[in-house]
Amino acid sequence: MLTLTSPVETPFHRLPAGAKLGALCLFTALLFHLNSPLPLAALLAALAALHLTQGGTFAAHALRLLRPLWPFALVIALWHLWQRDPAGGATILLRLLAAVMAANLVTMTTRLSDMLALTERLATPLRHIGLAPRAFALAIALTVRFLPVLSQRVAEITDAFRARSPRRPGHRILIPATLAALDDADRVAEALRARGGAG
Amino acid sequence: MERNLAHIALFAALIAVLGLVPAITLPFGVPITAQSLGIMLCGTVLGAKRGALAVLLFLLLVAIGLPLLSGGRGGLGVFAGPSVGFLIGFPVAAFVAGLIVERWQAPVAAAALLGSVLGGVIVLYAFGIPGMAIMLGKTIPEATALTAAYIPGDLIKCALAALVTRGIAQMRPGALLSRG
Repeated sequence: MLTLTSPVETPFHRLPAGAKLGALCLFTALLFHLNSPLPLAALLAALAALHLTQGGTFAAHALRLLRPLWPFALVIALWHLWQRDPAGGATILLRLLAAVMAANLVTMTTRLSDMLALTERLATPLRHIGLAPRAFALAIALTVRFLPVLSQRVAEITDAFRARSPRRPGHRILIPATLAALDDADRVAEALRARGGAG
Repeated sequence: MERNLAHIALFAALIAVLGLVPAITLPFGVPITAQSLGIMLCGTVLGAKRGALAVLLFLLLVAIGLPLLSGGRGGLGVFAGPSVGFLIGFPVAAFVAGLIVERWQAPVAAAALLGSVLGGVIVLYAFGIPGMAIMLGKTIPEATALTAAYIPGDLIKCALAALVTRGIAQMRPGALLSRG
């Protein structure tokens, strides 16, 4: 299964996940307290430099993760140029880029297993409101396991439709896909019960 | 217990898979994925509580770094981006959609349609628009204008959610946990 963790090994990979998450929260809070473009530009430049010291592949990966932001960046840039407020627009854009880049950096340098362990630790207090840690871990594992299974089922449903009709399958796959999820859920529930339950 | 757990986990996976499917093609050729339709279905099929939990599980997997949001987005970065309000609104949207199907004893299709419109559009945008306003430093009316383009597609998804929910009710009446 594909994850967003970078295959390029960096020193950040060795930091504990909890510390990275805490640092990210502080950094993001700081970004929202800065209201002029210069300090934000300095922080963004520092962040970019940090990426570049880890090599071109790593930096290119980070840049790719920022791509979904360009429509927003375009709208903000045009809007603030039209309003003759370039400083305001730059503040918003730099803050947005720095916040997303920092968060992506944590994601890129933390293995999925470390993230999972951290999540389970953070979720332990929730057992007081009825969320058993074992059920929580099991739900995550089941979802991850069934992503490729359901994906395959939807591909089969689509192929079957194409074999019968020249039309685009579009929304016609929705009912069979939902039924597939419901039926699989029933079978998984039975299998879990047969193996001693989820609790 | 096992049944609830399995449904929550499988529907979290369904939301992710629907994010890859171009289910609707608007007249001017813009494909829309069925991801937010998956959010509505979690509520209308599983009911309020299970639906919201399935969406929370999905968001958790996105946050820890799986690229499951439509367009292959994921990781902590999406929670620092302009769409964060919509992500926060997702579980609430599923909850409201489920609550209406559970409580309003109208025909399933009608209840699912109302639930999807109230939860999946009105409640969702009530979270999404302020979120975008804060992240992009805009006023609420300006942020509304930026998101308005997506509303027609979302209304189509509401109609589809109602049809799918009715289809499930007809084919597997026992599986519609929101009416169980």
